[in-house]
Parts: sequence; structure tokens; C-alpha cells
Amino acid sequence: MLVVDDLHASIGGTEILHGLSLEIGDGEIHAVMGPNGSGKSTLAHVLAGRDPYQVTAGRVLYDGADLLAMTPEERAAAGVFLGFQHPVEIPGVPTMYFLRTALNALRRARHHEELGPVEFLALVDAKRRLVDMDRSLLDRAVNDGFSGGERKRNEILQMLVLEPRLAVLDETDSGLDIDALRVVAAGVRSLRAPHRSAVVITHHRRLLDHLVPDQVHVLAGGRIVRSGGADLAAELEAHGYAGVHEPGAEPHPVSTATAR
Amino acid sequence: MSTARAEVAELAGREYAYGFSTDLDTDFAPRGLSEEVIALISAKKGEPDWLCDWRLGAYRHWRTLTEPSWQNVTYPPIAYDDIIYYAAPKKKAAPSSLDEVDPEVRAMFDKLGISLAEQERLSGVAVDAVVDSVSVATTFQARLAEAGVIFCSFSQAVRDHPDLVRAYLGSVVPFRDNFFAALNSAVFTDGSFCYVPKGVRCPMELSTYFRINAAGTGQFERTLIVAEEGASVSYLEGCTAPMRDEHQLHAAVVELVAMDDATIKYSTVQNWYPGDAEGRGGVYNFVTKRGRAAGARSKISWTQVETGSAITWKYPGVVLQGDGSVGEFYSVAVSAGHQQADTGTKMIHIGKDTRSTIVSKAISTGHGQNTYRGLVKMLRSAEGARNHTRCDSLLIGGDCGAHTFPYVEVKHPTAQVEHEATTSKVSDDQLFYARQRGISEEEATSMIVNGFCREVFRELPMEFAVEAQRLLSVSLEGAVG
Repeated sequence: MLVVDDLHASIGGTEILHGLSLEIGDGEIHAVMGPNGSGKSTLAHVLAGRDPYQVTAGRVLYDGADLLAMTPEERAAAGVFLGFQHPVEIPGVPTMYFLRTALNALRRARHHEELGPVEFLALVDAKRRLVDMDRSLLDRAVNDGFSGGERKRNEILQMLVLEPRLAVLDETDSGLDIDALRVVAAGVRSLRAPHRSAVVITHHRRLLDHLVPDQVHVLAGGRIVRSGGADLAAELEAHGYAGVHEPGAEPHPVSTATAR
Repeated sequence: MSTARAEVAELAGREYAYGFSTDLDTDFAPRGLSEEVIALISAKKGEPDWLCDWRLGAYRHWRTLTEPSWQNVTYPPIAYDDIIYYAAPKKKAAPSSLDEVDPEVRAMFDKLGISLAEQERLSGVAVDAVVDSVSVATTFQARLAEAGVIFCSFSQAVRDHPDLVRAYLGSVVPFRDNFFAALNSAVFTDGSFCYVPKGVRCPMELSTYFRINAAGTGQFERTLIVAEEGASVSYLEGCTAPMRDEHQLHAAVVELVAMDDATIKYSTVQNWYPGDAEGRGGVYNFVTKRGRAAGARSKISWTQVETGSAITWKYPGVVLQGDGSVGEFYSVAVSAGHQQADTGTKMIHIGKDTRSTIVSKAISTGHGQNTYRGLVKMLRSAEGARNHTRCDSLLIGGDCGAHTFPYVEVKHPTAQVEHEATTSKVSDDQLFYARQRGISEEEATSMIVNGFCREVFRELPMEFAVEAQRLLSVSLEGAVG
């Protein structure tokens, strides 16, 4: 589904990603772990098309198409979803309205009929139960005055409503208590399907224990330095990132090619 | 009768013979302003002596004034001698079919969702459509008359209800009020008049759209609304069509009077031509609007959505005279392109336990400059008076500006005044967030801006709120990106 090939990306003239390669097959969940500043969020933003990040070399193919040539909204319409690390407040715009506008924009782009308010309400009501989100939050403005946990639940709710083909979750688990973490994990698992994939960016093993990813990648210094199965996360937690990548050492061979 | 007036009557007669009635095309007063021109206008309209004298008084006063310069806007000097103060609709200028209307104007109509019939009416096309609208107006008038409500053009009111006009004209905005009020009082050509008798709730929303039909006559209109004891009326003033005239001066005066327990709600959606992308042309909208909440427990509420004009300069205010009277001001002002807006309100608290609420939402984009200027004054008599003011500014892009000048004067120790102000930006983060969810940049901007204005739009009558939202989207088109 997704092929990232020798990706170089910079922001403000500083290169953050130095030749990142990654391949994700249909129906797979991949975890990307790594220390602060290793380029995890940059990867997420480049995949979603955030402006100030500049791709200087490499390519990204999404279902064979050039993802980098698409605008953010075209990527969304193609099924790419980014769960934000820091979800943005939009004062005055009710969450419900925002979400319906988004869903209908996607449906329009895909030549589906728009959903009316009644059908939409039923849809959202079912989904919000899955993430244990209070109905009253949906009437409030987008993330306006939401707690950290409420914002993250809101991200997962949006993901469930928009049903992306490729979800990129950027540290959705950071700052969450155990209960909230379970909710997030349950949300991601409920979307699991042969035609959907996810990239889960995280600092912690906790979320991965709930998700059981097909692959775990270690990102350091702007490159994938090691890949492995779900047990790699446990190893990382025991020994830290220093164990997998010493500065100056050659990175481990990228093994994603086997993960189809 | 003054000698000037006598001379003018003669002059008027002569002019009339040579130009006025024979050819509609040349139905205009000579360029510039003089006592002769004013008396000519008055004579043309067949006005009584007292009104002509009132106009002349205003003119003489105006001549002693200098144009104010304290407002936070800049524009080249206005050549008052170069303006034609009376001009009837020019038939020749009117297009004979919609195909002849400027395509840009047509596109704007389409975006606003104005029906074809309405488009024709607004562009001053098709005589039929005009006749249509006249008959519609007549139907309304019959229904209003049944309820005892008088709603007609100002000129008709002067003819049919001179005592009412005389009693209230200038009672809220005297011609000595300011430079433009004096000018308007001297030369106003028409406008609307509404009188709601005691205890009557006006059975329908009243609106004036007619003023935009005739390009040449709209600049100096005058509106007077009187609600007697226990009466209520909701009045809409709409200009949903862009005017294409170059730097037109629009100096209107609106006066509202509310007696005991009466309510007047006055809503404006203003979309005069704002000028082109380089800031050429556009309307100077210098308007004086004021309400007098004269009676106990009376209420006057202003709601305005200002998206047009090169320069908007106005402060719809309320004089809270009756005990327990209420004044409200809800405003959305947009300045895009090179537009400048210096707008706000004046709440003058005189009576006991008077209350006022001010909610101002200013949106600036492009090179737009938006100023909120508001006066809250609690006089010595205003025991227990309260005011709450909220001023929010929204900036889109880096070349625009927002300014807030609140003036507060409190002379009674029990009076309370609260002022809140915020400035925010439509951020790239917000836009990206929405776009990542599949919402286009344009739709996202419009959604964010509408969210910002929600509190004010809520105050507008339903259809007007929808129109205002559309208008906002159109005004902000291309504001980002």
C-alpha cells in the first residue's frame, strides 16, 4: 500500500530525514519508535503533506500513485488520515459540524452521496461509544477547552468516522492514562481490515501491547535503523534506543522488504 | 419664506422646464452644493416649507464644519462641489437584459444564491420585474395598514404623514450632530419611514432593498422608525448587491425611537462595492445611526454585518433614556483587500437600571484595516446601569490589522462596565488540520470565520443569517493561499 523510498525531508533548511525507507502492505500495522528528534513527527507530517516540510529527495508511493504530488485534501480523499500529536483548537466550530463537513467533503471527492444530519448523527453516536466519548463534547467547538485525553479520543473518533485506508497516528498515546490507552487501542483495532493499514508512531511499548503490530521500526537520525517483529518493542524498552543504534555506526539492514 | 428660497423656486421652475420632466435621462441637479441646489431638491420633491427651511438650516450649519479626521482611516479629500446631490434613475444606463450585466456582478449574484427574478430586479433590468416588486410592496402595505403600521418611502411620509415626520425628524440625530449628519440633513433624497402604533406587533419583518435599485440616488438616504408604547418591529436593511460606482459617498442617517415597552430590532447586511483589488473605487460608507430608547423598558437592538464598502465608518448607538431600557449592538465587520473599517457603537446610559450589550467581531484579511471604536457612557443619573462589551478580532494573513479603541465614561458609582477583547489568527495549523480531514482551504477558512461570527449571526433573522454567511464566504474568497 505504501512505499517510502529513500526519503529526504527538511524543515527551515535543516534536513531531518536522511534517506528513510519503509514499506507497508495491505492490512498491516507498523509501529515506528525512536528517540526525540529522530524524525518521527516529520515522517507523519510529510505523509500528510504539511507545508513547511520540504521533500528534497526520494519518493512515496501510495497504491502506486505519487503521494507527494497530492494536496493534503487529496491525500485525505485518497484515504490518508493523520492523528495529530497536538490536535488544533477551532473556536466557534462545533465538533459535530466539523466532522460532518469533513466526512461529506471526502464523500463528495469519492463521488458518494453526502450524508444528511440524521444519518450522520446515528453514525457518530455509534462511533463515539467505541471511544467512550461524552455526547456533550461533540456540541462543543473542535478541541476547544478539551483535556489532553479528550483531544486524543476526538482524534480516534474522527478516524473511526472517516474510516481511512491508511491511518498515521502521531504519538496518539502520549499523555494518556491506562483507560484512555485501551480506548485508543480498541479504536485502532476496530478498523483493522485486510484493505486498511496503520502507521503508529509512539515512544512507548504500552500501546503496542494492545495493538500487536506486524512490524516495529526504529527510527534514529532520520533513518530506519532496525526493523523487527512485535517483540522488538519489548527489547527497546529493556535496553533503550542506544542499544540499537550507536552514533556513527552503520545502520542495520532494513528488513521491511520481507514484510508484505 | 427666505429670498433664497423664492429665487430657487423660480430657478427650480426653469430647470424643470428645461430638463427635469421632459427627459428622464437628464433628471439631475447641477453639480455641487448651494442653497439653490438644496431648495431645488426640496421643490422637486414638493416638500413643505418647514422641511425646506430645516434642510437649509442644516446646510448653513454644515458650511461651518470641517470634515472630521480623527477616525482611523485614510482617503483622499472628497470634492463636495463635484458631487451631484440629486439624480433620478438613469433609464439609459439600465441594461435591457441580464446578458448585458457585468459578468463579475452576475457571478457574485450566483454565489449569493439570488434568484433570477431578484437578479433582474437588483440590476435594474426588466421593467416587468420592477412592476412586480411594486405590486408585491403594495400587497405588503395593505397587510401592514390593517395592523395600523405605516411603512413607506420617506418622501411619501412627508406627503402623507407630515406631522409624524416633523415630530421625530432630527430628534435622535440632530443635524448639528456631525459633519455627515448635517450634510445628509441638507440633501437627503429619500429613504424609508416606519411607524408602529401603540401595542402593535408588526406582523412581518420589514425590509428595504429598494435603495440599491437606482445607482444615482442612494447616497443620502434617511430612515426614521418610531415604535409607540408596547409596539415592536424588526427591520432589515439589506444591500446584497455590489455597487459598481467609483468612490461614491454614502452618508445616510437612521433614527429610531422606542417608547415605553417598545422593541426595535434593526439588522443590516451591507455589501456595497468595496473597490477593486488595487483599492481603486468603492463606496465611502459614512453613516450615522442612532436609536433613542425613550420609554421605560424599551429595547433597541442593532445587528450589522459589514462586508462591503471601501471605507466603513459608523457607530450605530443607543441612547438609553427610559429606566430599565436595553441597548444591544452585534457586529461583524470584514475588511478585505484594501478595505478600511472604523466601526463600533455608542451606548449612552441615562436612565436607571439600563443595560447594554456589545459584541463586536472584526475580521481583517489582505491589506484590510479594522478598527473597533466604542463609547460606553454612564451618566450621573444612570443608577445601577450595566454594560458588557466583547471585542474579538480575527486576522487572516500578515498584512492586515486590527485595532480596538474602547472609550468608557462612568459617572455613577453603582454602574458596572465590563470589557473583554481578544485577537486571534486563522492559523496555518487550523487550516492544515481541516485540510487533512479532507476540507478544502476555502471551505475551512469560511468555516473558521463563520464559527468566529456565530454569536452575531444568531441575532440575525433566519434568511439574513444564511445570506450573511454566504456573503462572508464570497468576501473572503482568495483571502488565504
